[in-house]
Amino acid sequence: MKKFKYSEITPEEIYKNRRSFIKSIGLGASSLAISTIPFSNKSFANDRDKLTSYKDITTYNNYYEFGTSKSDPYRNSQIFKTTPWEISIEGEVEKPIKLSMEEISEMFVSEERIYRLRCVEGWSMVIPWMGFSLSKLLSKVNPTNKAKFVEFESVYDPAQMKGQRYPVLNWPYNEGLRIDEAMHPLTTVVTGLYGKKLPNQNGAPFRIFIPWKYGFKSAKAIVKIKFVENMPTSSWMWASPREYGFYSNVNPNVDHPRWSQATERIIGEGVWAPRVKTLMFNGYGDEVASLYTGMDLKKYF
Amino acid sequence: MKKYLKPGVFILSSIPFLIILYKIFLNKLGPEPVKEITHFTGEWTLIFICLTLSMSPLKRFTKLTVWISFRRTLGLFVFFYATLHLLTYVGLDYRFSWSPILDDVSKKKYIFIGFAAWLLLLPLAITSSQKMVLLLKNNWKKLHRLIYVIAIFGSLHYIWLSKTIFFRPLVYLIIILVLLALRIKIKNRNINYG
Repeated sequence: MKKFKYSEITPEEIYKNRRSFIKSIGLGASSLAISTIPFSNKSFANDRDKLTSYKDITTYNNYYEFGTSKSDPYRNSQIFKTTPWEISIEGEVEKPIKLSMEEISEMFVSEERIYRLRCVEGWSMVIPWMGFSLSKLLSKVNPTNKAKFVEFESVYDPAQMKGQRYPVLNWPYNEGLRIDEAMHPLTTVVTGLYGKKLPNQNGAPFRIFIPWKYGFKSAKAIVKIKFVENMPTSSWMWASPREYGFYSNVNPNVDHPRWSQATERIIGEGVWAPRVKTLMFNGYGDEVASLYTGMDLKKYF
Repeated sequence: MKKYLKPGVFILSSIPFLIILYKIFLNKLGPEPVKEITHFTGEWTLIFICLTLSMSPLKRFTKLTVWISFRRTLGLFVFFYATLHLLTYVGLDYRFSWSPILDDVSKKKYIFIGFAAWLLLLPLAITSSQKMVLLLKNNWKKLHRLIYVIAIFGSLHYIWLSKTIFFRPLVYLIIILVLLALRIKIKNRNINYG
C-alpha cells in the first residue's frame, strides 16, 4: 500500500475547504474550532485510511515521560514548557551545530504528511502530521566517514515530566536509526498535526516520525541528534532486548514474544469493529523495503 | 436482616457487569473499547478471586461464620467475569477465528496460563451446588482447593502480559499470596522440642 494522499481520502470539495482552513491558520485565525473540519464524517472512505479524530490522536498516547497510562500524557503535559528549545546536532560530524526551534521553523517549510502509526501494542491511527524530511535537517551537517548511525536523545526534565521520576525506562529516552533510514524521505521531523501546532502530549516541540516502524521508534521532545559509529542501544532495547529490537520495523510475520503482530485494531472504530491485517512495513514497503534487501528480518527485528 | 445479606452480595457483585454494559451501549469505552472490556472483565475476575479467598480468613478474624455463606456467590462471580473475559477475547476481539487463537494459546505463555486458569474454574463452577457438596463429600473440599492454583495463574497471567510496568499486577499477586499464606496453619506450635 502507498502512503495515502489526502485527495484519496476526502472528497475534493472538503479537501479544498481544508486547504483554505490551513491558509486561515497562517493568517492568524487559529481560534477556529477544530470541529469545523469535516473529518469526523464517517460516511466516506475506506475505514482503514480514514483519519483518526483529533481527540483520539491527542488524548490516547504512549509517552511514559508523562505517565504510563494512555490518558496521562494529555493530563500531565499541558504545562510542559517547550520554549526556549534547542536541538544539538553533534557526534561524528565535521561541524556540530545547535539550532533553536525558531531557527528550525524558519529554515524548513512544513507540509502535510498523512501517515499510519502502528503501535507495537497492536493498534493503529492515521495521523495528518505537519512536518518535513529529517534528511533536510541532517544535511546541514557533514557526517564524518565514521558515522553509521543516528542517535536521538529526548529531554530529561523530571521536574516537569513526572514519569521520569520512576525508573520505568532508562531516562532520557533514547532511540536510533541507521543513517540510510534517517535520511529516507519518509522519516519526518514533526512540527504539527491537523494543521495545528504539535500538542505537548504528541511530542512537542520536536519529534520524529518513522511511518514503517513501530511507534516507539519515533522519539518525542528531542534535544540531541548524534551521529555515531556503533549501533545505539535504545531505551526499549535496554528494557527488554528480547522483545524490542533496534530495527522494530512493522512486520506481521514476526511476533512480539508475548503477543501476535499479525493484526491490529484501528483506533476510534468502535466496539464492534473487527481487527484488520497488519501490513508489512506498515504499508510503506514500496518505499522502504529496499533498505533491508538481503537482511533476515526475523533476526534483525 | 440476615436473609438480605446474600441477595445483597449478589446485587453488589453484578454492579461491574452493569457498568460495562452501560459503557458498551452508551459508547463510553474510549478509543480502544475492546481492550477496555478485556481489561475490565479481567481485573474484576482477579478482584473476585481475592474476595472469594478473603472469606475464610475473615471468618477466622471476626469469629463470624456469615462470611462463609458468601463464598459460593463470590466464587460463581469469579467464573462469570472470567467467562466474560474469555468471550471478549475469543468472540469480540478475534471473531472466533480459531487459528490465531490457537496460535496464541500455544505460543504465548500469558494466554496459555490464562486459558488454563479458566479451564480449572470449570469443575469448580459445575460442582458449586449444595447437592454436589453432599455428593462429593471430602473430595469437594480437595477439588475446590484448585482456587489457590487458579488465583496464582490469574495473577501471573496479568504480570506476563504487562509491557514493563508490573506495579498493579504485582499488587494482585501480593494480595493473593498473603491470602494464601493466611491459610497455612502453624503446625509446629505444639511440637515438643525435648
